[in-house]
Amino acid sequence: MSDSIKNIDEKNGVIVISTSGYFNNVAGEAVLEIFNEKIDSGSKNFLVDMADSKVVNSIGVSILIEIIEKLQAVDGKLAFCNLAGIVEKTFNIMGLTKYCEVYDSIDSGVEKLS
Amino acid sequence: MNKTKAEVELKLPVIPDIELTATKTAEVISKHMNLSEEKTGEISMAIIESCINAFEHSKTKEIYIHFIVSKDKLTIKVKDKGIGFDKSKVEIPNIENKLNTDERKRGWGLQLITELMDTVEYDSDETGTTVTMTKKREDNE
Repeated sequence: MSDSIKNIDEKNGVIVISTSGYFNNVAGEAVLEIFNEKIDSGSKNFLVDMADSKVVNSIGVSILIEIIEKLQAVDGKLAFCNLAGIVEKTFNIMGLTKYCEVYDSIDSGVEKLS
Repeated sequence: MNKTKAEVELKLPVIPDIELTATKTAEVISKHMNLSEEKTGEISMAIIESCINAFEHSKTKEIYIHFIVSKDKLTIKVKDKGIGFDKSKVEIPNIENKLNTDERKRGWGLQLITELMDTVEYDSDETGTTVTMTKKREDNE
């Protein structure tokens, strides 16, 4: 598993991907790789836990837009939890929060997505 | 708290994630200035995006970052000696235009810098680019 990924879990049909460290292009690609594996296996609901990624860049976040696009094609959902203030603000500016819910914990995200 | 004018200069080579060196410096300076956590995050994000733009588009091997602390604001200059760019040709990104189209998903740097900082100015020609951005200090900071 990539250093950018802390944990991958499945809870009530929701794939929970916990990231670690600077969310840059490497981290974005790592999430995309997991996403592609899981969506090929039939998963449609994804929660990205960014509790341990307090710093992002727009290249990494742009890769999440690819995931949103792919999920729209299968009527799936992407959500985020445990976002640092500046990360949520970045997501707002880039428009991700128009398409993805933000939750304050893994449990609340899983509850809403499942 | 010492609020007299202070300056810090960094010279960064183009190596992966080196922009985090600049954000660490920004955190120390923000703490010195007693800026809020929110402002510190905004400054760091704007620096990251400025560095990435310089690394990707200037075609140079190093960039220079100049922090200038003054009584009422923090000024940050991110400079490269690259090929320059024409800001008028940079489109304002919109996620709706990027979803389900062939448009590349990237291209958010300038928009983020503009939204996160209080002022942003670009000075660019064929000898290089300097991005000058400021964050104001409130009376209670």
